[in-house]
Amino acid sequence: MYRIRFHGRGGQGMKTASRILGTAFFIEGFEVQDAQRYGAERRGAPIFAYVRADRTAIHERGVIGRPDLVVVADDTLVPVSAAGVMQGIGPDTVLLIDSAESEKTWRERLNLQGPILVLPRLIPLEPSEMAYVGTECAAAAACLTGIISLASVRQAVQQELAYMKAGVVDRNVEIASGAFARMAAHSGIVQEGGTTSHHDRTVPSWVDLPADDIGESSPAIYGAATSVAVRTGLWRSMRPVVDTSRCNRCTWICGSFCPDSAIARGSEGYPQIDLDHCKGCMICVAQCPPHAIVAIPEAEAVAQEKEGAAS
Amino acid sequence: MTRELITGNAAAAWGARLARADYLPAFPITPQTEIIETIARWSGEGVMDCRMVMMESEHSMITAAGAAAATGVRVYTATSSQGLLYGMEMLYTVAGWRAPFVMANVSRGLAAPITLESDHNDILAARDSGFLQIHCATCQEVLDVTLMAYRLAEDRRVRLPVIVNLDGFYLSFTREPVNIPGQDAVDAFLPAFDPGPATFRAGHPVSQAVAVLGGAPYSYFRYETALAAQAALDVYAAIGADFFARFGRRHGALERYRCEDAEIVFFMMGSFSTKAKEAVDRMREDGVPVGLLRLCMLRPFPTELLRSALTGKRAVAVIDQNLSMGKGGILHTEITSALYGYRNAPPIVTSFVGGLGGRDISIEEFFEIAAINRRASETGEIPPPRLLYTDTELREIRKLQAIAHVERQEEIVP
Repeated sequence: MYRIRFHGRGGQGMKTASRILGTAFFIEGFEVQDAQRYGAERRGAPIFAYVRADRTAIHERGVIGRPDLVVVADDTLVPVSAAGVMQGIGPDTVLLIDSAESEKTWRERLNLQGPILVLPRLIPLEPSEMAYVGTECAAAAACLTGIISLASVRQAVQQELAYMKAGVVDRNVEIASGAFARMAAHSGIVQEGGTTSHHDRTVPSWVDLPADDIGESSPAIYGAATSVAVRTGLWRSMRPVVDTSRCNRCTWICGSFCPDSAIARGSEGYPQIDLDHCKGCMICVAQCPPHAIVAIPEAEAVAQEKEGAAS
Repeated sequence: MTRELITGNAAAAWGARLARADYLPAFPITPQTEIIETIARWSGEGVMDCRMVMMESEHSMITAAGAAAATGVRVYTATSSQGLLYGMEMLYTVAGWRAPFVMANVSRGLAAPITLESDHNDILAARDSGFLQIHCATCQEVLDVTLMAYRLAEDRRVRLPVIVNLDGFYLSFTREPVNIPGQDAVDAFLPAFDPGPATFRAGHPVSQAVAVLGGAPYSYFRYETALAAQAALDVYAAIGADFFARFGRRHGALERYRCEDAEIVFFMMGSFSTKAKEAVDRMREDGVPVGLLRLCMLRPFPTELLRSALTGKRAVAVIDQNLSMGKGGILHTEITSALYGYRNAPPIVTSFVGGLGGRDISIEEFFEIAAINRRASETGEIPPPRLLYTDTELREIRKLQAIAHVERQEEIVP
């Protein structure tokens, strides 16, 4: 059975990626199970999805514990323990990371024995094309299995994105074809994993839960405003930037629409965005009456900041 | 017929569509919402001819569903968890009206602490309501059983609402290959609802669901409902036979998997039972005689079928994805009461509680549960109930508690 996990951020299309890959397997005649794990997340939050594919009916369910392939669409998730990217990666697991950094760098950082591949980062034609990363990851994963044809991938993209505009679908098919071709040298590197042996089983380390004092055993956090300590700004893939030359200083509009109360009235009345807690939903960009807030890719903004600090 | 990859939620929506449900009172709740979103889209596109109404709560939604069913139209609705409990008063009420309709419940653990993930405490809270309950293990079963549930609910010997249960996430958001039957085949299996005398027309007013004062009439009506629920067992078996003849898929009140020559049997409900099948297959490869008995129909409870399926078994491992505070696993209570006094009952019935709030049950845990039952059948001593919880999980919770504890200290010490 193939067991494949996709990790990315809300909005990157990880659910779609798992569905494209699942449908491609299905077209190839496999039994398939694909699913994504929803939580209380929103755009930018770490999420994951997974695909199982086998020649016979699949009885396993739930999160894949021992993956044959892990695909990471956003490399900043790797060190986030709550994202669970590294969970269950063994010596035979292939790790495919969409990253600007090299395989060598990742191998040294992660100290992994198994194969690591880098999916060369797509140079988007425009910021909105960042959304294509899901399609790209799905097509790359399909190629790595070595048993899914490009034709099946293209058909799967068309099928899964059928509700979208023709132009968008065509561009996705083009991107899928490109990613499939870029991975051609590694076609077949991902091998099907086996079943769990009963003969060589490990015994679960169950414990008897103690009856704890009520001070411990009710679901309470004994402190105020603890959510401030959670830097949800790390979820952001796009950053809102205010062009003060166009801003009318009607800060109550962007500030009221911000679902995270991350926009305050700053000096001289311009909106001041709390980047530690702005999740990058871009509602302010949509609502701003004079169109003074623009969205730029977070990676670009960080690079600009680094340059600014260096000079 | 087509074979497509669809989620459990989409399979539920397909069930409602193919059953030609006329009226759909709705209210959103995770992880159910995709069902009503799918139906709303079909309704908007004109591919499903139905009246969909967004209600202001589950309490109103279940009232509307019961009232509409009492007028003789075919009704579908869906809920989950907190929503099911919010509508609890009306669950008992519309069942007492003998109003037949089908409701999906997408299982999700109950607050507090609040969660989105699956267990069975929500649906088990509705156990005694008068709704019949069918629990699904695959997306295919969700679609098939929804169609069968209409036949069951509308049968004159039954006339009770039916809940079709599917587990949140593990089915609701999981795509699997599903055979979607053609409309003609479904129409032949499930004709339009013929309510007979139980109808309501504005031109011919009747008083339904009247009040009674005094225990004797109350007892009569309650017991009639109980008899109708009991009658549903035979009716469901006949519906299952007809469904199998037409569609080639078998669904009954119990599913037996490699049980015939099994000495130890897992007993459970819902989608985690397919995990048990995987464990059974691996243990069989290693020569261990285990099987799985899945309870598909919780109400009415198939006592005789269960007794017959467990005759001669050495041990039954009951795995409950629920917890009755101060008692334990609810299925364990159900099965032991069904087996007590039965001459050929297995001597060992053990209790395991796991899978609460979506907590996974690993294949190694199934292996160990079987091993414990094997030992118990050799010694004759029944081990105490066991919560499936590892030392790693306890370490993680201790870490979270340490964080909460430090913050509390900061509050106390200025």
